[in-house]
Parts: sequence; structure tokens; C-alpha cells
Amino acid sequence: MLNQEIVRKFYDIVEKENVVIDEASLLAYSYDSTPQYQAMPDAVISPRNTQEVADIVSVCNQYKIPIVPRGSGTNLCAGTTPTNGGIVLLFKHMNQILEIDEENLTITVQPGVFTKEINDRVQEVGLFYPPDPGSMHISQIGGNISENSGGLRGLKYGVTRDYVMGLEVVLANGDIIRTGGKLAKDVAGYDLTRLIVGSEGTLGIITEATLKLIPKPETKKTMLALYSDLESAAESVSAIIANRIIPATLEFLDQATLKVVEDFAKIGLPTEAKAVLLIEQDGAPEIVERDMKKIAKLCRENGAFDVSVAKTEKEAEELTAARRTALSALSRLKPTTILEDATVPRSEIANMVRSITEIADKYQLTICTFGHAGDGNLHPTCLTDARHQEEIERVDKAFAEIFEKAIELGGTITGEHGVGVMKLPYLHLKVGKAGIDVMRQIKKALDPNNILNPGKIFVQEPKVESRVSEQ
Amino acid sequence: MDVLEKERIQQAFKEKMDYDELMNCTRCGFCLPSCPTYIETGQDEVHSPRGRIALMKGLVDGKIEPSEEVKASIDLCLGCRACETVCPSGVKFGRLLEQARDAIYQANKQSFLEKFMRHAFLRNVFPYHNRMIGLTGLLRFYQRSGAQTLARATGIMKLFPEHMRVMERVLPEVPKRKEMKNRPHHLMPLIEKKTKKVAFFSGCLMDTMFMPTNDATTKLLQYAGCEIVIPETQNCCGALHGHSGEVEDARELAKRNIEAFEQAEVDYIITNAGGCGAFLVEYGYLLKDDPQWHARAKAFSNKIKDITSVLVELDFHKRPLQLEEQVVTYQDSCHLKNGQQTFIEPRELLKAIDGVQYVEMKDADRCCGSAGIYNLVEAEMSMQILDYKMKQAQKTKAKTIVTANPGCLLQMKLGIEREGLSEEMQAVHIVDFLLEAYEKANK
Repeated sequence: MLNQEIVRKFYDIVEKENVVIDEASLLAYSYDSTPQYQAMPDAVISPRNTQEVADIVSVCNQYKIPIVPRGSGTNLCAGTTPTNGGIVLLFKHMNQILEIDEENLTITVQPGVFTKEINDRVQEVGLFYPPDPGSMHISQIGGNISENSGGLRGLKYGVTRDYVMGLEVVLANGDIIRTGGKLAKDVAGYDLTRLIVGSEGTLGIITEATLKLIPKPETKKTMLALYSDLESAAESVSAIIANRIIPATLEFLDQATLKVVEDFAKIGLPTEAKAVLLIEQDGAPEIVERDMKKIAKLCRENGAFDVSVAKTEKEAEELTAARRTALSALSRLKPTTILEDATVPRSEIANMVRSITEIADKYQLTICTFGHAGDGNLHPTCLTDARHQEEIERVDKAFAEIFEKAIELGGTITGEHGVGVMKLPYLHLKVGKAGIDVMRQIKKALDPNNILNPGKIFVQEPKVESRVSEQ
Repeated sequence: MDVLEKERIQQAFKEKMDYDELMNCTRCGFCLPSCPTYIETGQDEVHSPRGRIALMKGLVDGKIEPSEEVKASIDLCLGCRACETVCPSGVKFGRLLEQARDAIYQANKQSFLEKFMRHAFLRNVFPYHNRMIGLTGLLRFYQRSGAQTLARATGIMKLFPEHMRVMERVLPEVPKRKEMKNRPHHLMPLIEKKTKKVAFFSGCLMDTMFMPTNDATTKLLQYAGCEIVIPETQNCCGALHGHSGEVEDARELAKRNIEAFEQAEVDYIITNAGGCGAFLVEYGYLLKDDPQWHARAKAFSNKIKDITSVLVELDFHKRPLQLEEQVVTYQDSCHLKNGQQTFIEPRELLKAIDGVQYVEMKDADRCCGSAGIYNLVEAEMSMQILDYKMKQAQKTKAKTIVTANPGCLLQMKLGIEREGLSEEMQAVHIVDFLLEAYEKANK
């Protein structure tokens, strides 16, 4: 609970209507898309400009109140769950596209702009912003940057990080800094832009961003390749890349995922296949044509029993839209869906998929797998029920083993969802104790009072973190 | 809210909510952009489907207490069910909303006036065809006796809120009492080949205030080759009751309807009101805990079909249809689209009319704000939503906005009147429009 004096200070900064403290509102901001995590904030505040953000942060710093910046709450690592209470900061008033610069190929936005809106607006002028996280219809760009979101086009176009050129950031002491700019080359000091991107709101609050745009590809084609076993699909992925083709999208779905996605989307997906690759190539028409032919041939040679190219743009769109629903559609089968994003070098995809199947069998769990095969980013998804404590314990053990396997294969515990609270216990597997220590020191230097999204990524004072139960 | 009332509501939530359905929500947030109240409140999570589900679950879990804010969140929901259509997890939000309203309103100490009005209309008028005739007859008396002219001239209407004043102007002229009492019960096809035997669900409001639209519906069915049975003992579908937390009353109405239609032995039961249809297809669920009725209710629900859907099935859009040259747009009925997945058929029929240039309106499937009695009880939000809708409608430059549900039709008429567009724009029910097109082409 915040005392009256502090609440009045917030009223003074943003006016009363932008500070909510009623119980219903607090509950509505007590979660994000991560299952099993929920915690009540003390207030939800919606600043209208950067200065107001800075003033709010200054008050929080003075009184040591945690502050969690939140977009649409679609993240999957409990990164925006206010596990330590405090302030949830919303950007619904800071939602403007400030500029599209067609000479420098940049777009400058406020953090509350929806990712989809950026995509749509730049396409109108023949430009392209490639990052497309699964939740792009509702996710906000501020959240994308803080989590360094990936998406379906990572293989060819990279992730959010690769498109952030400059930032305006409010630091824990209330200072406002600007990093980078509309510059392809800029080596003036530490690359603070890269430090902030993916820092999950723990080092600063993003209040403006300048993003890189590229020319919109002339054309695009979408293809489905069907397999009667997982290995052949994985081998096709390796074969495509080995033949010097980089598709824009190279998605993998197993049969269980395929079935539920079809059940929701009803677009005639081939549910008889054991595994499916959804492949997209974009670029100049003749190159797309040539690549698609080659890819089709490679898929057939590696065991695809059917390869078909979407005939119309609508059909292609339906396919990728359906893929985006995979996670939520899986939740139709069981009450709780726990999703991870263990990532391996793409040459190890087949090994990883096989290991996931074995681990699922060992712990008698249903784990469906889909993901971005092209960049080695898999989404093993466990279908379970949060109310069954014993089964949840098995789920935890299984995922711990999956993470260890990923590391063993030269991979990472999280490719695009972030560490948040969910993967905090496993961070040491990837970065080691010394790595975590470096992060702690950076955090301490920038946020000595530990007010910015505390308890995420790692704990500032080492101790065992327990899961915050929803029940 | 006092302590006892809070306890009653919380207890009711524990008893009435389907907890498995609450658990089905993965909080992915895909519903957010589809929710009109989330958009119109400037992205307030409390007024989003995901937020509402969290509140319902919070009440059941005892994490929060009932409060005016919780009630406001549940009240402000339009019940348009757009979130269901986009929900990959398949959460049946409409059902959760009805359970939550049932829990709040059965346990809530309502004001005397509220209670009186709800009972007066929901329990004592809508279920009885005769009383509907009586009530709408009063409206006719008001319209025809000079009272309407007098009321408008004296300015007494100024005592009512603005949107109700406009509503008063756009209500259709009510048919004569004798006409409303003297309805057909059995009709034969008007073409040589008989195609289907169907029953017609005539509805309470549709069979009185919108009687000509009902007549147009049966006419279209006859032209499409249908033999039609209109059971005399049918009554109100119960949707308004179900949506406003009077679930027990809705169940009673459902049973009476199931009985009335069982004897007809037909291929389909046809409706021409999206709102009624969506509730009729839910009878199976409504009576799921009643072993005597469950199977019968499911059999009834399986036969429900919207008029536009049966017309397309019978290739009516391939028959000659013609109207004067005009731009036409279509406003989806939420419950026809989200409750019955019928949205391609009406468009197909409209595009088939010679002379019609069909222009799709942006966000045509976003609720118009009518939502049953919502535009009366949540007037401010309803008008805010309507303003957005009219802006999109105007952009299409349409002369005619076509709808498929009486509530939407009235709301569109209200929108046209409020914008001062009645000279250049009209709103019609799709069956009236189709009948005109058919008769013009087949003179």
C-alpha cells in the first residue's frame, strides 16, 4: 500500500485520472501472459510524456518503490508481472508515431505504439519493419524493445535488436538520456542502445525509439511441406540452409500443434502429417520463384510427402496467421499451457526435437513442439493443469532438463521471450556465475536502489527465488 | 455495496461460475484489439475480455472482493462476443458473462425502480405475445392519436435524454392491433418445386414492432420453395433475460419453445434476428444440467439457421435480384457473426443484387453499441461506439446500411438521425431489402 502522501505526489505529476488504485484495476494489471504468475501492484499510472515518466521514477527512487513498465502484457516470462508490488507504468497516452523519415529510412515512435501499426504504416510508403513477434497485433513496441522480441522472420531479417537505432531512456535517478540516432555508423562511447534493448525494464524506461526500416520486398510466396516424421522435417531445414538459401520464414509444427491450430483456424491444414514446415520467401519475383522451386525440391528429396505453394495472398496470410495462434490454440487441450523457447544452433534442431520427445516420455508429459526452425528457436509447450501440484513438479523437472540439453548443444535457455522471473533459476546455465555478477554490477551502477522491475532476470542479492503461485 | 451484499455476490460467483472455462483463458491478450470497450476506454484492461475474466476468477478465488468497479466492468461489456471469434483458446466468453451477471444480479439488492422495470418487461411482457401486442399497441396509439405530434410540439420529449428522444423518432410505425393478432401459422411454397420444410421462429419484438420484416422473411422463404410452419405456442427466445442475469426465466422460455417446435418436424428452424438465433443455438448449453431437457434442447439448437444462411443454401442469390443503382454496406450483427458464424452469406446475397455496389465498411464486425438493452442502460458508451460506427459508414458513401437484427437496425437508424443524414442514408433489415430486390426483378 502506498501512503496518501505518495499518492498525492503522483496525482500532482499526472493528474488524478491517470493514477488508479482501486482493487479491480490493480487485479487487471496483476498478470501478463505467463501462466502461474500473478501479483498485485500498488498503483497503475499512465504518464503522458517523458518528463512525467522521469518525475514518477524520481518519486519511486526517493521512496524505493518498485516500478514495472508494461505494454499490453503479452510477454511470456512474467517480465511484467509486478512480483514485488509497486507501480505498473502504462503507455496508453504515449502512443504516437512521431516521424517516418523516408530519406534516412527510419521511424521514430513512442513506446505505446502497437507493433502492427508500425508494420502497417511503413508498408503504406513501401517500407518494411521486419520483426513480427507472435503477438504483434496487440504488443507495444516499448515491450518489444525491452524484451528484444523475435518472431517468424528472425532467420533472414534478425530480431528487434537489429532494428533499434536510437532510444530515449529515463534512468532510475530520473535522468533522461538519448542513445544512438539515425546513424549507420556511430562509435561514440559504449553502445548503450544495445545495453537497454532486451534489458526487460531493469535498467531504464524507454520513452522513445528510432527504428531502422528497409525497402519492402517486392513479392512473397508461402509454402507448406508435409512430413511423416519429425527428423525428415529437421533435415530439410538443414538442407535448405546448406544450399545457401535463407528463407524469410521457416516454421516448424508437430502434429499435435497442427491439429489444434486447424481446429481453431479451420483453413484445411493437413492434420494427417506428423510434422509440417511453413516456408516463406520474399524478394524480387524471379528470385522468389527460383528459391521456392529449389526449396520444394530439397523438401521432397528429404522426405516430404507433399509440398504445396499457397495460390493466393489470402491463402498465404491464413497460413501465417494460423501459425501465430499456435500457442493459444494449444491451450484448448489442457487448462494450463507452459511454453518455453529453448534455442539451439540450427544444425542441432533434429537433435533438440528428439531430446524433447524423450524428456516428455521420461516425465510422462504431453509436450508439443512448434517454433522457428530456421533460427533454431523452438517452442516446446507443455500441456498441463496448474491445479495438479505433482504434475507441475514433473513439468519443472522436464524443462530443467530441456534447458540443460539446449546448453549442451551450444544453445540458450531463452531465444526470444526473455528471462523475467520464469527462467531466472536457469540463467546461470547460460551465462555462468561470473556472467550474472557482471549483470548485477551493471544493475547496481544504474539502479542502486533496485526500483526498476526488481526481481527480474536475476536477484540482486543472491537467494533462492520461489515461484509466485496463482492459486 | 454493504458487507452482506458483498458476501452474497462472492458466494454466488463461487457457485455459478464455470471454473474450467475461466482456466481456459491463457491471458494471451489476442482478444484485446477486438473489444469495443477496451478500445473506447483508451485501453483499460478492466474493460477488456482478459481483464473481465481475471476479475471473475479473482472473485471466485477470493483474491478480490465484489465492488462497484467490478460491477461496472461486467455491466459495461456489450456481450458482443467478438472476443470469442478471435480467441485461439476457444474461451466461451458469452457464457462466462451470463454466469457473472446472474451471480451479481441475483445476489444484488437492486434499487426498487430497477427491479420493477426488469420484472415488468422481462418477466411480464416479452414472454407473452398478447402483452407485446398490448405494449406496442400503446406505442401505436401514441404514434397515431396525435399524442406524438403533441409531445414533440410541446417539447415534453426534451425531458428525456438526447438519445432517447432520437430513438423515439426512429421507432418504426407499429402495425394495427388486429394485424398483430392475426398471424399465419402455415404457408406453402410460392414456386413449383418444394425445397425444404422449415419452421419460422417469429420472435417477440420482430412479430410486433417489426411485423412487416417477419412477413418479408416468410415471403422470401416461400419464394425459395419452403413450406413454413409457424407454431402458435412459441414465445420470446429469452436472450434479453439470459444476458441480464435472469437465467431461470430464460430456461422456462426455452422449454416452452422446445415443446412448441418439436411437433413441427422440420429441416430447419429459421430466425431473422441474429440476437435471437445466437441464444437459440445455446439452448443445449442452457439446459445442460437438466437431464429431462438436455437432449431435446440440443436437437432444437441443431436446427437453428439464419434466414441468410438458408437462402444461400437454396441458391437464392443465383435468382434474378435487382434494385436501383446504389452503394450498399453491411453492418454485422455480432450475435449472427460471433454466435452463429454467419457473415459470408449476407454479403454474398447483397453482392448478388443487380444495381448494388457493395462496399465493405471498416470494422463492419465491430459492435454498433445497440447490444440488447445496452443502449438504454449504458447510453454514454453506446453513443461513443455508435459515433465511431457512423464515421466508418459515411466513409463508404453508402446510401443503404443493411443489418440482420432488429437491435442493430434501430441503432443504425438512430445513428443516421443523430448525424442528420436521414436525407441521404437509410438503414434496412436484409430481408426487406432482398424481398424488394426479388419482387422488382421478378415482376
